[in-house]
Amino acid sequence: MQRRKADFPIEGAKSALTSVATTEEAKQTVGFYRSVVGKKVVMAVTGFILFVFIVFHLAANLLIYFPPEANGTRLLNDYAAHLRALPALLWGARVLLLVAVILHIVAAWQLTVLNKLEARTTGYVKYTPIASSYASRTMVWSGPIIFFYVIYHLLDLTFGTLNPSFQSGNVFHNVVADFEHPGVAIFYIFANACLAFHLYHGIWSMCQSVGLAHPRYTPMLKKASVALAIAIGAGFCSIPLAVMTGLVR
Amino acid sequence: MKLDARIPSGPIEQKWDRAKFEMKLVNPANKRKYGVIVVGTGLAGASAAASLGELGYDVDAFCYQDSPRRAHSIAAQGGINAAKNYPNDGDSVFRLFYDTVKGGDFRSREANVYRLAQLSANIIDQCVAQGVPFAREYGGLLANRSFGGAQVSRTFYARGQTGQQLLLGAYQALERQVKDGRVRMFPRHEMLELVVIEGRARGIVTRDLVSGEIEGHAADAVILATGGYGNVFYLSTNAKGCNTTATWRAYKKGAAFANPCFTQIHPTCIPVSGEYQSKLTLMSESLRNDGRIWVPKQRGDTRPPHQISEDERDYYLERIYPAFGNLSPRDIASRAAKRVCDEGRGVGPGGRGVYLDFADVIRRLGRTTITERYGNLFEMYERITGEDPYAVPMRIFPAAHYTMGGLWVDYHLMSTLPGLFVLGEANFSDHGANRLGASALMQGLADGYFVISYTLGHFLAGGKAGDGVTADHPEFRSARRGVEDRLQRLLSLQGNRSVDSFHRELGHWMWEDCGMARNRQGLESALEKIRALREAYWKSVKVTGEEQAINQALEKAGRVADFLELGELICRDALEREESCGAHFREEYQTTEGEALRNDQKFAHVAAWEYAGENAPPIRNVEALEFEYVHLAQRSYK
Amino acid sequence: MKLILHIWRQKSRESPGKMARYEVSNVNEHMSFLEMLDVLNEELIARNEDPVAFDHDCREGICGSCGFMINGVAHGPQRGTTVCQLHMRHFKEGQALWLEPWRAKAFPVLKDLMVDRSAFDRIIAAGGYISVNTGGAPEANALPVDKQKADLAMDAAQCIGCGACVAACPNASAALFTSAKISHLAHMPQGQPERRRRALSMVARMQAELFGACTNHGECEAVCPKGIELENIARMNREFTKAAWARRDEVAGSGRRRLLPRSFP
Repeated sequence: MQRRKADFPIEGAKSALTSVATTEEAKQTVGFYRSVVGKKVVMAVTGFILFVFIVFHLAANLLIYFPPEANGTRLLNDYAAHLRALPALLWGARVLLLVAVILHIVAAWQLTVLNKLEARTTGYVKYTPIASSYASRTMVWSGPIIFFYVIYHLLDLTFGTLNPSFQSGNVFHNVVADFEHPGVAIFYIFANACLAFHLYHGIWSMCQSVGLAHPRYTPMLKKASVALAIAIGAGFCSIPLAVMTGLVR
Repeated sequence: MKLDARIPSGPIEQKWDRAKFEMKLVNPANKRKYGVIVVGTGLAGASAAASLGELGYDVDAFCYQDSPRRAHSIAAQGGINAAKNYPNDGDSVFRLFYDTVKGGDFRSREANVYRLAQLSANIIDQCVAQGVPFAREYGGLLANRSFGGAQVSRTFYARGQTGQQLLLGAYQALERQVKDGRVRMFPRHEMLELVVIEGRARGIVTRDLVSGEIEGHAADAVILATGGYGNVFYLSTNAKGCNTTATWRAYKKGAAFANPCFTQIHPTCIPVSGEYQSKLTLMSESLRNDGRIWVPKQRGDTRPPHQISEDERDYYLERIYPAFGNLSPRDIASRAAKRVCDEGRGVGPGGRGVYLDFADVIRRLGRTTITERYGNLFEMYERITGEDPYAVPMRIFPAAHYTMGGLWVDYHLMSTLPGLFVLGEANFSDHGANRLGASALMQGLADGYFVISYTLGHFLAGGKAGDGVTADHPEFRSARRGVEDRLQRLLSLQGNRSVDSFHRELGHWMWEDCGMARNRQGLESALEKIRALREAYWKSVKVTGEEQAINQALEKAGRVADFLELGELICRDALEREESCGAHFREEYQTTEGEALRNDQKFAHVAAWEYAGENAPPIRNVEALEFEYVHLAQRSYK
Repeated sequence: MKLILHIWRQKSRESPGKMARYEVSNVNEHMSFLEMLDVLNEELIARNEDPVAFDHDCREGICGSCGFMINGVAHGPQRGTTVCQLHMRHFKEGQALWLEPWRAKAFPVLKDLMVDRSAFDRIIAAGGYISVNTGGAPEANALPVDKQKADLAMDAAQCIGCGACVAACPNASAALFTSAKISHLAHMPQGQPERRRRALSMVARMQAELFGACTNHGECEAVCPKGIELENIARMNREFTKAAWARRDEVAGSGRRRLLPRSFP
């Protein structure tokens, strides 16, 4: 009997009478990282690492508000000195963060290429978002802004390359000197606002990506992520504002 | 034409077992050499294609929709009957059999119905194993409800979407076979001709609805599971695409069409709102459990319902049928609604509607209880009509819903054409003159999962595989040419009336003269009008577009052309059946109280119509029905 | 009521398309959106123009055939409604409406508002089922199912496969569709034996069809006519992650190969 073969792209052997798993079928699965779900999990896990770092970083930065000690030293500088005294911890964290950043960016890049260039090749003449937030739709912009900001931030306050009055070890001085330039301060505020936007969507999103969702907890989680994003953004932005307004000097 | 129903001998409860044992088997290694075509992927078609694929046959499955999951079985709301007797309330295979034969007003075949009742339990097992999320009790066991006035709770359900869940189960089983390469799926393909070679069904001709290509497909057997023909009424609860083309083509190639006049009208649908109306939406019958049906006593009373006082209202079902009241059977409730509207007491635009009022029950039980029971239905009503049924009574009217008639089949579900099997609503076999609620899903799945897998093998084992008939056979070539000519003719007419306007007119005549109540005069005039309409169609229909592309107007044109022929056969059948039974109500044959009057002496039979050519009237063949186990009795719901 | 329609017109899969402007008068507020298009089509046929092609069938919101974008929202402005059940009373006199087909690489446009959604069938074929052959099923009540799980399974199983989720997603992701089936079967005890394999193969297929990745915008959930929830996507992520890490090669009898002598021909 000769019949036309229908066009069906899933390969399969027609000979077997029973449906046993074949090696062919095994190949129809996809490796963890090669899958879109796996990439999102990687983004979530690395995002979480970066988020934890940001929380610690903010806590440390807020030490700037402590008044000088009796001997004139600043708590912020002490903390920095302590940290540098623990090179294993410091470099361990730095390597972990670097790996996380790289993975986060590579996965984001790959997913963006898939989403914007492969999956939706033709856009709509008219498109009205009804549920997504401004933050979620601009992750692809807030991400790179944060990336370039972090590079600048490292060159500015960690390595001092871009900071003309950089004094190694005197974090307090470096920060204050930095933000006395209004341009720099405004750039920092803008970048941290982007960070807040990124977190606004990111904190909830990372839970969803690793599969943490429950009708009882998800609404709370969404509220908590908004609160955290605002708190973190406000915390970071407060420092340049405090310097500009002369609260910290 | 000889109608041999091939009913096995022996006591009724042993017939199916005996038949299964006596059937020939196909060697497992040879099954893949047999090609089988399945047309339609609703409950019957999808379950048949999946089951036959699992057995190892080489299956080609076709549907006109873009995916097999969209067949109209998906819209069934209520549930599926099965004689499981889980609630311990006295159900049994025999009782389900008895209820179905009696409910069908003694116009179905006992042996087929008994088998259906036997298989009903297996269907539930099968569907549960497939993961169908049926409603459950807190203990984790399956929940049941009573449905359509049945005395026992034997209906299994998945919210109001039982049909959807059962169809998705069958669809998933089908897709599994597609993946394993044992079923080739041809979505967006419409069967336009049946190919018969040496008296045997050997294949079909289809149109690829995307490319417009006319293709031949050859096989050793053809299974039609193409549903009913309710759209002959234009407005019905069927999907827009439901059509008779496959069964009508088979009829014209020699398969007998049985009891076409048995068409079921559903009493609770949302009424027509205007000339543009394209379909009618069914509201679950369960609403009649609590709603009260009424119309104004005064004819032409157009006051809003709240201004009509209690003593100006006629709760006509409660008045005429005090015992069953608003829960009277489908056909009785439908006819009563038609009667009051014909008297000019109908409500709503056009006066084709009656009120279904929940005010009393809301007062009695509170709004919350009603929301729990019918919340989703009230929402649906409001979405469609823009009226709030909590505040204003619903308006309902009967609509064409299901067709009990269909291609004649024997006990093996084979038509009068060897090699042509017909399953589900497309055949005539199990529901007689009236179908009970929640029985359509049962029949579709019984046919597809459990009957055809045996009877097809028996048929194939009798023949020989690989006789070299391919789609290049001269019969296929001429069939393809025939289809192309017909399409070309439709496109070339370039008249001045659209296909829809013809369809609407046909539906109007069918509904008026061959709907809920029929009489000789009306049927005779309908025959004339339909004939004239068909002639006009082939002169002045306008179909735009081209053949070699997507052309929805052309698809419709072919379907309506077949409906125009079928409509005539339905009226002819209704005219010849000089009795009232089930859904077929002839005004000349009623008791003094206006109830259906059967004539068992003359009409306890199946009328199987045989096509006799373009210019000859069809031949009415008769298969006598014998009732050994259920005794002929008059239905009474007073 | 009169409306101004801007409709995407495209002759075939290969040909380019463009928006075309039409005016429909005599629109009744009780019409469904598709009935309004029927009226337009009758007028087009009368003028010897090609009617607008759109998929539709049951017209009661359950078959999943219909659907297109109305002013940039899948299935139009009313929530939980397919276009066949959307009525014209939700629109204003003289309103301009933009109608566009679902847009996704995986859903090529066939004509006008009609797209090819067969990718959804292939995702189901990849594993959206329980492998039971007809006939071998155990007694239905042999296995009790937690009522709440059965209800959750039903919530997910209500998906009608219309494709609105893909159309509304900024990434054209089919995560909601795929996860609804994975969730439905993962909730049922009958679905357990194939649970891991199903998650792996359905996600793989979804990706092979070039649907995008879910980035948790939530647009899909908002337009879904059946209210399928985002939680299903989280469940799919969980199912897939577990399955991917715990995966073994599925070569039947591979353990025995070691027992054969090395020189075995």
